[in-house]
Amino acid sequence: MEIHEILFWFLTVMALGCGLGVILSRNPISSVLFLIATFFAISGHYILMNAQFLAIVNIIVYAGAIMVLFLFVIMLMNLNADTEPQKNRLIQFAGVLSGGILFLVILAALRTTTSNAADFTSTDIGLMKNLGKVLFTQYVLPFEISSVLFLSAMIGAIVIGKKE
Amino acid sequence: MMLLQLDVAFIIEKLILITVILMGSLGIAMYATWGERKVAAVMQDRRGPSRAGPFGLLQPLADGLKLFMKEEIIPDSSTRGLFILGPCLAMLTALLTSAVIPWGPDYVTEAGRIISLQVADINIGILFIFGVLSIGVYGIMLGGWASNNKFSLLSSIRAAAQAISYELAMGLSLIAVIMMTGTLSLREIVDQQHGFWSDGYFTWNFFKQPVGFMVFLICTFAELNRAPFDLAEAESELNMGFHQEYSSMKLGFYLFAEYINLFVSSVILSTLFFGGYNFPFMDQVQGAVPQFVFVAVCVLVLLTKAICFILFFMFVRWTLPRFRYDQLMKLGWKSLIPIALINMVVTGLVILWTMKK
Amino acid sequence: MQKLTNRSVQVDRSPMTMGEKMYLPAIAKGLGITLSHIFKKKATVNYPEEKRPFSPVFRGLHILNRDEEGREKCTACGLCALACPAEAITMEAAERKPGEEHLYREEKYAAKYEINMLRCIFCGYCEEACPKDAVYLTETLMPASYQRKEFIYKKEDLLIPHPKKTETK
Repeated sequence: MEIHEILFWFLTVMALGCGLGVILSRNPISSVLFLIATFFAISGHYILMNAQFLAIVNIIVYAGAIMVLFLFVIMLMNLNADTEPQKNRLIQFAGVLSGGILFLVILAALRTTTSNAADFTSTDIGLMKNLGKVLFTQYVLPFEISSVLFLSAMIGAIVIGKKE
Repeated sequence: MMLLQLDVAFIIEKLILITVILMGSLGIAMYATWGERKVAAVMQDRRGPSRAGPFGLLQPLADGLKLFMKEEIIPDSSTRGLFILGPCLAMLTALLTSAVIPWGPDYVTEAGRIISLQVADINIGILFIFGVLSIGVYGIMLGGWASNNKFSLLSSIRAAAQAISYELAMGLSLIAVIMMTGTLSLREIVDQQHGFWSDGYFTWNFFKQPVGFMVFLICTFAELNRAPFDLAEAESELNMGFHQEYSSMKLGFYLFAEYINLFVSSVILSTLFFGGYNFPFMDQVQGAVPQFVFVAVCVLVLLTKAICFILFFMFVRWTLPRFRYDQLMKLGWKSLIPIALINMVVTGLVILWTMKK
Repeated sequence: MQKLTNRSVQVDRSPMTMGEKMYLPAIAKGLGITLSHIFKKKATVNYPEEKRPFSPVFRGLHILNRDEEGREKCTACGLCALACPAEAITMEAAERKPGEEHLYREEKYAAKYEINMLRCIFCGYCEEACPKDAVYLTETLMPASYQRKEFIYKKEDLLIPHPKKTETK
């Protein structure tokens, strides 16, 4: 087994295990920590695919900023088992149903895709220069639209914050 | 696969380099505590540590020994695992940043082998530093939360909010620099600042980006949790902050990580804005002395610059009083981010104008 | 209300000007102040090596005097105890027996003489009250101790060494 494969399997197991940890752990703080570990595993995958820029941005934005805010809010709310509201059966049933349907859809989508095994080394789309070029030429419209989306989200946050 | 083509000599070379850098940063961090106390003393007309060894030079050893000998206390009501993880993360992130810093120019042996004085020359060096920096706040947050103490919790929340707010301005101020250099690799950024004077202007980024430097410097203060932005451990309000429940070496890790961060940030500041290991008339010096001496001089120059920054950080700490929290947020969001944005736009326009010509 | 001094100043609450809002000049000024302090004379005295001179009227630990022949001067008159505002001194008098003339100068002497240093305020009134020049306050600082009883100085602790014999205790 090559070192590359070993790393791949290690990161995959780590990502899946930590992902399970997110939904299975009782304590919301450890959920968040598992999620952060998952992000690290995904960043590791990016690095294996020679996309250092994506990897590091994933860490900066998700692990470094968004998850800190998550942790922040959870710490302030001081969630634990006592404060968790009891859900009635109907809601539990609806949750299971919708989750199952989502799972089914994903499964169906994965079944039909033809997996063309990614050649890890030759692709360098994840490098900063190539990524920038692609984003500002081929995909400039979606890129700009998403930035407008962020702007509106920011304005929305300010409006909510301003409300007395 | 690139990863597999490592030869043994390369690994040994890197291992030695890593060991030297780790030991060096630990040593400098140790003596930074001594320096901090000395600087505080001379500014307050005192003498500072003077008993342990000549000029109190053995004081850091005595302090370290004291921390080792103290009883290890883990509060009953704390979350045990996270309580231990907190200081470890703080230490890890503090030490991790030094991996991408170019400590000196390449040394070419007679056999033609190039020994790089940089642990990893990754093409996204600056982003790596930012990534590690953004992880660094977890050490404080987890430690503060796991202590199960309201002051610690408040402190960790303050630290997190502060770090996130100032990371933005820091990043924006750096974007202007990156736009000028056109690269994210620290090695290339340093190479572009070669010497001191070329083509009728200074080569160092400080002279090209004074505003960016100011914003970056102020944000560094905030990121380091140092006075005047040391709200995370405001003694008068939070009575020790996030490390209130810590004792023994776990406390030592936090305190030590703080000083390692101080050293590494100083090195990063000198690398990004003050030419790294470059110094005036370096070409003449390079021609005059053997290569080994030249590399040593370059490393010493970088260390000197870093120590100047460390002294400056201490100087400011013992001068300015602490900011109030709303003032801190106002400064970050309403002053530094707009300034950094304007600086970015102006830099862009200047680059466009010079490219057109 | 009439002012006592002219030093009080009205606080200026006018909004800051643009220059003041930059903070940087003010910060530079502050840094200048601390910088100037680096070169100022240090206020510290390196204690065990270097001692601050005592004032000539400094009052420290008490002693009980002897005369030239080594006889105790104290006659247990009780004036020092009376003068003491803190009531730190207690004593018990005894009559001098024949054959003890080389020990005590007067016919009456202090069999017990105790000063409670926890009460003593080092005012020196005992010294002033003493008609026989027996009690004096020296320039010695009182040593610290872990126990209260160590602070109650007995006659043996207070007496100066015998001028002729080397060992008196």
